[in-house]
Amino acid sequence: MDSVNNTTNPAPSRIKKTQNKLAAFFLMLHRIYAFVMRFFKEVFLPPYEFKEVIRQCYETGVRSFTLITLTGFIVGVIFTKQSRPSLTDFGATSWLPSLVSIAIMKALAPLVTALIAAGKVGSSIGAELGSMRVTEQIDAMEVSGTKPFKFLVCTRVIATTITIPLLATYVAFIALLGGYLNVSQNEGTTYSVFMDQAFEPLTFIDFWASLSKAIVFGFTIGIVGCYQGYNSTKGTEGVGKAANGAVVTAMFLVFIEEVLIVQIAGWFR
Amino acid sequence: MEKQKAHIDKNNTVIKIRGVEKSFADYDVLRGIDLDLYQGENLVVLGRSGTGKSVLIKLISGLLSTDAGTIEVLGNDVTTISQRALEDLRIRIGFSFQNSALYDSMTVRKNLEFPLVRNRKGITRAEINKDVESVLDAVGLSQTINQMPAELSGGQRKRIGIARTLILNPEIMLYDEPTAGLDPITCIEINELINEVQQRYHTSSIIITHDLTCAKMTGDRIAMLLDGQFQRVGTFDEVFATTDERVKPFFDYNFIQ
Repeated sequence: MDSVNNTTNPAPSRIKKTQNKLAAFFLMLHRIYAFVMRFFKEVFLPPYEFKEVIRQCYETGVRSFTLITLTGFIVGVIFTKQSRPSLTDFGATSWLPSLVSIAIMKALAPLVTALIAAGKVGSSIGAELGSMRVTEQIDAMEVSGTKPFKFLVCTRVIATTITIPLLATYVAFIALLGGYLNVSQNEGTTYSVFMDQAFEPLTFIDFWASLSKAIVFGFTIGIVGCYQGYNSTKGTEGVGKAANGAVVTAMFLVFIEEVLIVQIAGWFR
Repeated sequence: MEKQKAHIDKNNTVIKIRGVEKSFADYDVLRGIDLDLYQGENLVVLGRSGTGKSVLIKLISGLLSTDAGTIEVLGNDVTTISQRALEDLRIRIGFSFQNSALYDSMTVRKNLEFPLVRNRKGITRAEINKDVESVLDAVGLSQTINQMPAELSGGQRKRIGIARTLILNPEIMLYDEPTAGLDPITCIEINELINEVQQRYHTSSIIITHDLTCAKMTGDRIAMLLDGQFQRVGTFDEVFATTDERVKPFFDYNFIQ
């Protein structure tokens, strides 16, 4: 009897499932919106957890330093190396410093930093807060009259919003250094000539757009990691999901923001 | 160790629960419960796993919200109270979690200081140190002050969890399964500690457990939670002097007799 019903009437069940999925998606969007609004509401109110912000800056910034340095350098070297043949075909290898600097400053530095930070910092925040949630540590803070949202969420989001732009600037420098070493080795260009050519095509809007991107990426990675961890459920399985969700969602949002900010920056040129 | 007679003031109800209901999805956990906790009393809430014992104390502390009914704690109805007033009220309530819920990333000292420095404005370093040492002394774990929670045994973690709640001098203590997962000797030590806390800090407590030894050692009154309602409330002997088939197995399957 059941199988007859299933085969003759599949459409309503499929429609219902789609409706449920859509409802769940919009509910999640609403929750994220409420979470972001709560952040802006609480971040300006006392008490201010300065010590914890500094500790979190250390955790998110300094502890990512080695990985970021290595990645930034490799990106600079590889990008320069891969771009050379195309320019050589047109006899335009002298444009290499400009090409490298435009690519690094405008796109690669903030994007590479954000993707690494989403993987390293975002997952770590998601897992840490998720684990605190399932072991009732966040509840323990709440019942002791302290403000866990302020202590755990606001501090981490502030820290990522500060450190990721700094890391992106550092990555830009390191990647340019990698590019310079490659150019210097192959074309014999001096450091001052390379830097003159590298910065010549860049405008203030390019720096502003790049910095804005890094700030937005930093905020996104922090808030998404905190949202996933803070609202984690279902025990240890939930912790894994929070860490994974923090990385996947942050990376997805970073790409969307990249497109939007490039578009907005284009209007100002 | 025999429980000392507590000074219970039956004219002073510190927690008054009336008609509280709570459901999760289609499952009705609490079905219109009524309960009073008197000043100075240790009230044990007994019941099988999944009967809503822990839900009850989470409702009292405002961690969960009720579907219906009122919960008056120290004269404040937590079902209608503002967030700000709830935060102030929570300082007067100590909550000892089943798994201790110590902050993994902090030493024992930092765990104890955390609620203190955030709730006592203008407290000096000397006062913080004095309070930390005092509660650690009360739970008999002064030597663990610089250890991380991961370095402590289950019983030590429970004690530090209790110390962390005591540091704010709460008027009410809520213990969620204080002896769960501990060996029998440590269980007895924790039960004695609960009684010491009652005597030394003059607290009124709700102790959630399914451990009859804990219930008998610590409880001035026992409330048996069955099918979402308190079926029997009284002293230990009164509660178990019954032929009720839902209550008797609880007693028969324990080794206390």
